[in-house]
Amino acid sequence: MKEQTVDVLVIGAGAAGLGAAIGAAREGVNEVFIVERDERSGGILNQCIHNGFGLHYFREELTGPEYAERVKNIVKQYPNISVKVEQYVHQIDYRRKEVVVVSAEGVTIYKPKTLVVATGARERPLGGILVPGTRPAGVFTAGVAQRFVNLENRLPGKKAIIVGSGDIGLIMARRLTLEGVEVVAVVERMAYPGGLERNIRQCLKDFNIPLYLSHTVVGIYGKERLEKVIIAQLDENFKPIPGTEKSFSVDTLVLSVGLIPQSTLFKDFLKIDPWTKGIVTSSSGRTSLNWIFAAGNCTVIYDLVDWVTEEGAVAGKFAAMYVKNNWEAAKFSVEKGQNVGILFPTWYEEGTNLNLYLRVKKPLEIGTIRVKQRNNLLYNKKHANLMPSEMINIKIPESRIGTGDITVEVVE
Amino acid sequence: MKIGIIGSGVVGALIARELSRYDVEVLIFEKNSDVGMGITKANSAIIHAGYDDEPGTVRAKFCVPGNRMYTDLAKELQIDLKRIGSLVLAFKEEEVRILETLYKRGEENGVEGLEIWDRDKVLSHEPNVNPEVIAALWAPTAGITEPWMVSIAAVENAVENGAKLYLETEVVGIKTTSGRIEKLITNKGEFDVDVVINAAGIYADEIAKMAQAVYVPLHPRKGEYILLDKQEFSGFVKSILFPTPSVLGKGTLVTPTVDGGILVGPTAIDLPPEREFREDTSTTFEGFESLMSKAIRMTPLIDFRTSIKTFAGLRPESPQKDFFIGRTNIVGFFNAMAMRSPGLTAAPAIAKFMVEEIQEVLGETFIAKQDFKPTRERIRHYADLPTILWDEEIKKDPLAGKMICFCNKVTEREIVQAIRKGAKTVDSIKFRTRAMFGSCQGGFCMHRIMKILARELNVDLSEIRLRSEKSVILNGKVREL
Repeated sequence: MKEQTVDVLVIGAGAAGLGAAIGAAREGVNEVFIVERDERSGGILNQCIHNGFGLHYFREELTGPEYAERVKNIVKQYPNISVKVEQYVHQIDYRRKEVVVVSAEGVTIYKPKTLVVATGARERPLGGILVPGTRPAGVFTAGVAQRFVNLENRLPGKKAIIVGSGDIGLIMARRLTLEGVEVVAVVERMAYPGGLERNIRQCLKDFNIPLYLSHTVVGIYGKERLEKVIIAQLDENFKPIPGTEKSFSVDTLVLSVGLIPQSTLFKDFLKIDPWTKGIVTSSSGRTSLNWIFAAGNCTVIYDLVDWVTEEGAVAGKFAAMYVKNNWEAAKFSVEKGQNVGILFPTWYEEGTNLNLYLRVKKPLEIGTIRVKQRNNLLYNKKHANLMPSEMINIKIPESRIGTGDITVEVVE
Repeated sequence: MKIGIIGSGVVGALIARELSRYDVEVLIFEKNSDVGMGITKANSAIIHAGYDDEPGTVRAKFCVPGNRMYTDLAKELQIDLKRIGSLVLAFKEEEVRILETLYKRGEENGVEGLEIWDRDKVLSHEPNVNPEVIAALWAPTAGITEPWMVSIAAVENAVENGAKLYLETEVVGIKTTSGRIEKLITNKGEFDVDVVINAAGIYADEIAKMAQAVYVPLHPRKGEYILLDKQEFSGFVKSILFPTPSVLGKGTLVTPTVDGGILVGPTAIDLPPEREFREDTSTTFEGFESLMSKAIRMTPLIDFRTSIKTFAGLRPESPQKDFFIGRTNIVGFFNAMAMRSPGLTAAPAIAKFMVEEIQEVLGETFIAKQDFKPTRERIRHYADLPTILWDEEIKKDPLAGKMICFCNKVTEREIVQAIRKGAKTVDSIKFRTRAMFGSCQGGFCMHRIMKILARELNVDLSEIRLRSEKSVILNGKVREL
């Protein structure tokens, strides 16, 4: 078995992990290793061949692979970053600070000074939403369907229904339509869409694909291959309303019902949000253990990859500062006030900028977002068309922040 | 002597393996594309202690001996068996009296180690049990296994000892001459046989009718299940938790799986006997609601948001609610039917009985093979090895370090070995290696497994099936390159 000491070890070479390596290298450490379990770096960006990426980070509109290429090119400028693919993290001994990595070359025990977790998210499977019916072939999560179409040159079927209006589902509705697959409907159990407004417009409305809000699948039929899907309208208690059933003869069901942060490898020693499963971090990306940082979709599910790379860079920077001079700072909690559904980060660490990300609990036509620290109002601004599906990013510079716990609320 | 076994579920598979000890020809007929994919695939996977079955029933006769036989069987066939014990929970005084009845019945059936536990002992063993519990029946011999693995391993071992396996071979007729078995007629041709063993699961009554043999009418009793993610929920309960049984059966249980997940189920819905219902493994809203409310009653902190899979299985139920096994009016035709619970537990004992029964009826003594090999080698799961040994294995074969299923840590070498052992479909890989059985349910690895299958079987990706020929996964190309 090999042993390898390293300053910063990053788990995952997607948008967050690459960003973290860049952040750490810029700050100036001797050696950064990224271990990636897939065959290549870039993460899920590799299969997102549509555009819409990079508007914030690169100030131009790129496709997923283009965005990944740009970030990888920055990584290449730093000779002290090594990206290693097909490396699987098997175990972490957090007491001895050892990470056991398995690959075709053998087992390597990494002994990093700091660890940055950038493991991304997984898609919620069909079994995660308790849909009645049979279990035939022809049911795909949106990411799997996307992989087959965009990277393997294969079509999943001829006629499809999309369940869940998450962004990947909307993107796949358009993608499948463009490739000649008939997309009969997108079904969403909430009264509002799960994906971005721009995707509703560009992926559904432009192609006349009907969106059924407050609807759910009440039956999947077909013994071997999918034959039929029945949907029904839901009442306010999310119970199907009898008599509202609609039947679709389809051979394909594409599921886009949410992403789950990949945090289980760390659940025995890092604080995990029991509701979202995200790894809990501070504004520096630091987790509940001082030498472990985390960034990207393993902490909170972001809307934009640009933000993921940005937060990766933040975590990488402070991880490097911890390597260099044991950087630590006073920590205050960032708490949810009214109408806040998702809030990131969980703690504020002195000496960092506060990059807040939040989602409202329910749609609001107009709401005022207030960020308070004791009696000090850090942010107070009216926002229009607040939707749970649209993540809001508020940047508060370090200079404006004092000491004490911080509260974020959205007032109607 | 030629012996045809219809069905490769746990009962047929274990009978085949038991017969393969002797100098007889064993032919296994399975209508599905893989073994153990019927009743065997979807049940609670429990090796029951044996206190449920009323003394005098066939169930009682075979359950306890079958339970005991699993210890050696698990060693020889290298299948996972965990004797984690079971608790029947009582929440009311009248339920405590039922526990006492079960205790007495268990003693009569020869169940070892039974104890009645008070509330404190239950809660110290299982902290997540509802604190309203007042007592429980503890049965340390109860255990869990993977039923499909029992089938797969037993058939592999039987085949290694000379048995022949005919997959996708459905028996459509049985020819008898003057009350004796003559041949089996299948969709793949006719087979001369001297003995037929009817282990055809939910279709066993139809098979018996083909031979004009005695039978009990079967109907499917559906059981729905919810599987919770081991990565989120492993260790939530340590033993098998049952409610106090009622006339409806053993009730909905909460149990660990051998893989570390938590399984909740089954429901018990009697379906009509018609053929269409014998394939009805659909889940229902009512089923989910029933499972959730019953599980919450026993373990209030159970979190169904960690669900990763729902499924349903069918149990072959008969009016007398007992196994119907052994000789029939047709010489050479033997039934192993109505194998409802505890069929999995009883199966090894029934297999042994069946071999004796055949010899007795035919007045022959089988000659034991000198070269019978009782052991079967499992596919090694490298992630279970100490890392030093894993490293050595990778040096021998790099594929042992190439991770394919990230959730359950299944390497490419395991996938390739499963294919070399006969897996041709995605589901066959899943049930042999546990790849795609974890948190993401194949989201990260199904496409990679399909590519390995295509490579190893030398076919195009579009030829890879989920299970049967009709379960097409991919349909067409985006571009002709």
